[in-house]
Amino acid sequence: MKRVNAVVVGAGAAGGIVAKELAVAGLSVVLLERGKWYTAYDCRKDDLRNQRTTVLGNAFGPDDEGNPRVWADAGGAAHTVLPSEGSYQNDAACVGGGTLSYGAQAWRYLPQDFRMRSTYGAPEGSSLEDWPIGYDDLEPFYEKAEYEIGISGDYSGTPFHGPRKRPLPMPPLPPGREFSILEPAAKRLGLHPFHIPMARNSVPYNGRGPCMRCRWCCGFACEVDAKNGSQNTVIPVALNTGNCELRTECMASEILTDERGRARGVSYFDARGRLQEQLSDLVVVSGCATESARLLLNSKSRLFPEGLGNRHDQVGRHLQGHHYTGAVGYFDFETYDDVGPGATIAITDYNHGTPGLCGGGMLANEFIRLPIHMIDRLPAKTPRWGLGHKQAMRDWHKRSIVIMGPTQQIPTAEGRVTLDPTVRDKWGLPVVRLSGNVHPHTFEIGEVQAKRAEAWLKEAGAIDTSLMSYKAEMVSAGQHQAGTCRMGNDPRSSVVDRNCRIHEVDNVFVIDSSVHVTNGGFNPVLTIMAIAYFASEALVRNWKGTGFRS
Amino acid sequence: MEPDPREIPMLTSRKAGHLTRRQFVAAGALGGAAIAVGCGSGKHGNWEFLSEEQARTLAAICDQIIPADDFPSASQAGVLTYIDRQLVRHFRRFQDAYRSGLEQAQAMSRKRFGQDLDLLSQQQQFELVSSLSEQNREFFELVRGHTLEGYYGSPRHGGNRDAVSWRMLGLPEPPPLGRAQYDLRKGSPS
Repeated sequence: MKRVNAVVVGAGAAGGIVAKELAVAGLSVVLLERGKWYTAYDCRKDDLRNQRTTVLGNAFGPDDEGNPRVWADAGGAAHTVLPSEGSYQNDAACVGGGTLSYGAQAWRYLPQDFRMRSTYGAPEGSSLEDWPIGYDDLEPFYEKAEYEIGISGDYSGTPFHGPRKRPLPMPPLPPGREFSILEPAAKRLGLHPFHIPMARNSVPYNGRGPCMRCRWCCGFACEVDAKNGSQNTVIPVALNTGNCELRTECMASEILTDERGRARGVSYFDARGRLQEQLSDLVVVSGCATESARLLLNSKSRLFPEGLGNRHDQVGRHLQGHHYTGAVGYFDFETYDDVGPGATIAITDYNHGTPGLCGGGMLANEFIRLPIHMIDRLPAKTPRWGLGHKQAMRDWHKRSIVIMGPTQQIPTAEGRVTLDPTVRDKWGLPVVRLSGNVHPHTFEIGEVQAKRAEAWLKEAGAIDTSLMSYKAEMVSAGQHQAGTCRMGNDPRSSVVDRNCRIHEVDNVFVIDSSVHVTNGGFNPVLTIMAIAYFASEALVRNWKGTGFRS
Repeated sequence: MEPDPREIPMLTSRKAGHLTRRQFVAAGALGGAAIAVGCGSGKHGNWEFLSEEQARTLAAICDQIIPADDFPSASQAGVLTYIDRQLVRHFRRFQDAYRSGLEQAQAMSRKRFGQDLDLLSQQQQFELVSSLSEQNREFFELVRGHTLEGYYGSPRHGGNRDAVSWRMLGLPEPPPLGRAQYDLRKGSPS
């Protein structure tokens, strides 16, 4: 196989952007993706088999066959879990990664989100830390992501956002009924509601049409291709340069190193299960927090006996996602308009600044609810089965609003990914073992957020509410997983430097949510994308043909 | 709403000339029972996993979870088809739970009322399913989840026949939204 300049492992939000940036700069790139390439034609509007409701499996991978993980609970008992089970903490495995089927909220983090330790101090037992880069470093790259991927929305309703040079490239979609109910209520409470930024066309953009506002949105591939992910934006651009080859159904097994400790390529199992080696000048790992950490830990050699980048036992630590809490409000009038994507209105008033709380999170109304989503979101006194349950479904499905949000988690060093000592996947590779939890202060913040959601719903006229607040038994990594290859200046307490290069190997990069030091109180995808542009720019700047400027 | 052949690979190859002895006996002895409970797997006339007795017991439990009123009960809407179909596909890991859970429910019914569960009155069935939900919570929750999924989920998997639960909730099916409501000729800022 011909040697190339770069192998990028993972064609998701970050990997797609890195492949495109490197290919456009003239580097030869092989982009490896363990999943398949789906298109708009693969939207099957299947309420029971998508990326959000997975009772019949994940629509866009990984498959339940041959891809187990292990979850070690607080008591130390190990459970083998399937990709369609919640405790697997899955992110999609396909070209586009999560961005094929996500809800597409495209948030910038706030300036404080990059300085959590300086802002709040680290709660005892936590590993709360500052990023080595700040909002200002990322601002141009947030903007680049907003324009290249295509974001609609309108920030003008809120003062709670970082400085920005240009408005979003597309206006928001016209407001739905929930927006018109919730907006005046939020304003009466002194809050600042506004239109959620979304990677979704509200007008024709990038050669594709606008959202047709159907019911099957978050968790589904968009039937009219109006949702913007890496699979329909940057990856086609990368392929069109002629410099990038995308190999699907290829599972990376190890980053190969030479006797001097530099990477020389990647070994992987191709679509027919044959072990291949792709040699390269550099390797970029973009497999998402859990799988990127696993690949590094599986890349053991004489010089790296504990895995690549893991000399100081940092790979896999500080795993985090978001702690979702909120409330359901029940109304005596119809709130449901059958217009997708449903999530339209948000407030960022509560992300920071509450005395006694280390952060907070954004609150927004929920994506449009399919009937299946309501079965356990009925008023508290509803019978769990029988005619009472059936009647409650009729009473409340069209007369309810859900407000919730991603509470920023306070990470710990013990919430982590390791390799399971016994369980293997279908390729024979040791699988991800999840253990530990986030700092318990996270749950205190989440409870306050749930009560705030409830207050907003009551102000909007809810005649009854139920809180969605709980203490999670494990790190809720899932589709918002982050933090396993922390970015930092000190090689003893982090895995990569500010440009996402592994401290101990100068031609291996981790570019995805793994590098997040903290994960903001927002859906993380736009930050993942901004970091991919930021790190790619540094990589290309330092590239001198076959190696790097020192 | 055509079933995707990848989703239900056995739909075309299933059974017909390949009944096991047990299924053959069951089909002969209980022919028509599937029609009697209103939830046979249609044109194939047999279940993929369930025996006829198991199907009748399960139908009684499912119909307590979602009873008939102005709208169909769980089994009338095809929930048994949904569960049975998945028990040889995505729910294979629950086969043992269903076998032993249904056996237990039937044993409880015979012990308490001296009759099969499906022959009890509505009130007796309600009492028995209530007891089941306490004595074998794990199995009951499994059936509850599958029943609600089948009833409120996508019709492509055999439950929610003709999108009946969606109509019940006032959701138009097929949905009226589409490309036509937008003027795609309007300019783009890019």
